[in-house]
Amino acid sequence: MKLLILFTVIPLLGAFLTALSGSLLKKHINLIANCSTVFLFAVSLKAAQLVSAHKVIVYKMSGWSFPLGILLVADGFSVFLLVIVNLICFLISIYSISFMHNYTGKWKFYSLFMLMLAGLNGVILSGDLFNLYVFLEIASICAYTLVAFGIEAEQLEASFKYAIMGALASILILLGIGLLYSYTSTLNMADMALVLSGKPQGYLIGFVSVLFLAGFGLKAALVPFHAWLPDAYSAAPTPVSAVFSGVFVKTLGIYALSRIFFNIIGISDKLLQIFVALGIISMVVGAVLALSQSNIKRMLAYSSISQVGYIVFALGIGTPLALLGAIFHVFNHATAKSLLFFNAGSIEHAVGTNDLDKLGGLNSKLPLTSGSTLIGAMSISGIPPFAGFWSKLIIIIAAVQAGYIGLSAVAVLVSIVTLIYYLKLLNNSFFGKPKEYPAAIKEPPLTMKFSMIVLAAVCLFAGLLLLSPARNFLTQAVDVLSSGIKYKDILFGALK
Amino acid sequence: MSLYFLCFILFSVGLYCVLRKRNIIKIIIGIAIIEYAVNMFLILIGYRMNGRAPILEKGQAITNMVDPLPQAMVLTTIVIGLALVFILVALAIRIYEKYGTFDITKIRRLNG
Repeated sequence: MKLLILFTVIPLLGAFLTALSGSLLKKHINLIANCSTVFLFAVSLKAAQLVSAHKVIVYKMSGWSFPLGILLVADGFSVFLLVIVNLICFLISIYSISFMHNYTGKWKFYSLFMLMLAGLNGVILSGDLFNLYVFLEIASICAYTLVAFGIEAEQLEASFKYAIMGALASILILLGIGLLYSYTSTLNMADMALVLSGKPQGYLIGFVSVLFLAGFGLKAALVPFHAWLPDAYSAAPTPVSAVFSGVFVKTLGIYALSRIFFNIIGISDKLLQIFVALGIISMVVGAVLALSQSNIKRMLAYSSISQVGYIVFALGIGTPLALLGAIFHVFNHATAKSLLFFNAGSIEHAVGTNDLDKLGGLNSKLPLTSGSTLIGAMSISGIPPFAGFWSKLIIIIAAVQAGYIGLSAVAVLVSIVTLIYYLKLLNNSFFGKPKEYPAAIKEPPLTMKFSMIVLAAVCLFAGLLLLSPARNFLTQAVDVLSSGIKYKDILFGALK
Repeated sequence: MSLYFLCFILFSVGLYCVLRKRNIIKIIIGIAIIEYAVNMFLILIGYRMNGRAPILEKGQAITNMVDPLPQAMVLTTIVIGLALVFILVALAIRIYEKYGTFDITKIRRLNG
């Protein structure tokens, strides 16, 4: 299926054209990125439709036959993430049109942004382990650069910290891939799963699992590996933080982790327990640290760690219902957290600061931002009509069914803590006494409003995804994960 | 076997350098050393004792060749490593402009 190659080629071409015509188009340089992301979003919807009809679609790069060449594979799980990534990136490219006016070198931002999108799409679609590593590095290197985009002292420091930790993580992943290659003599994921299923699970697999857990765990910012995240999120320009927390962590961390452990190596009880432990620790630590933050973006960053903890916890429970919860929470967290970062950017745009102590009484001046922040915050903390409630409910029900009664109580408690710090955010910024502000406060320009309204609507109505026709979008992703190492048979079936 | 062991020592030297050194330039060198160690490991995976270069000529049997795939992988990782070191050095220069020091313990305006 030729469609799949578009997901990496178009952003690469967009990045190239943006860099080439940077001085020519000047202010309107965003047009290239906007057009390509709109197109990519449309293509991702088309791919989702094709996958729901054919179950899995495959593209052979340069026509090489199966075990030799590199495959691009789109199944239910990858298509699910493709739609999220391209939706969020489309909205971010619209949002950045006016937001990035304050920065010089707008074309550099858009060029790096498109390269990062190419990396993310590549990671999702790659059917080859080494290729996954290459795309992961493309995305990561763009991310290090984007964190330092403003070249302030704090941003440079955060970027350096992130780059060193990210580089170590990538090297561990590469080492793991090398070891797996020496054990199986293949790099193709399906082929590797086939070879591994015929060999005994020795110490090597355990060692490789640890390497991957550390590497991808750092990319996903699970708790022992989370130190880079709050700095990077609070230092980066707001659209970049939105990409990070919305899709970057999920693609590079959660997608890659679950693809490798569920579909290639094959999940074992020990691994599931490690997932549960990591998930619970991240959930609790993230929420507790978020409580004491006074910077909005830092608070959102810690909240991200906590919510990713929910997702990993649900993956660790491992029953189909829990997997549905995890997948649905990926969707809800991506939309709600991006929305909240957009709102933080809108406040920053209007007032010039993100410090909760210096804010207050913005409700009457920024009604749209206030309303959409309320929607995003309620969705993440799990208040009933919003989408986040349903995913958390599913996760907790699944945890109780699987016998993790104590841990499900912890999950509920963390949800309450989440509500507390979001109320603090809302109270300190939008309500209470108005503070003195240097300039007149205006609502953000139309392009920023557009992205915020779209995401707020998604947060409101995403609960409908659980209803029957749309539900297929989630269940086909769950099927891929719960089929485990049968993934290879499905792929071989499609190759014939 | 001793080659693998030496490779591991190189990796450990790099890791020590990243974890213990305070100068950010030395940390960058440490990252580069770790990368070389992993690249070397990949080459070793594909190596065969007394193997020959994987070039297929007319009339030659495919016997006793080293595995060319890890070599292709290493070429890619070298390029990625180059880009990474580029970025890190550029960051280090900028950090020096802002903070006036290369000492990682004095570059602390954030509190992770």
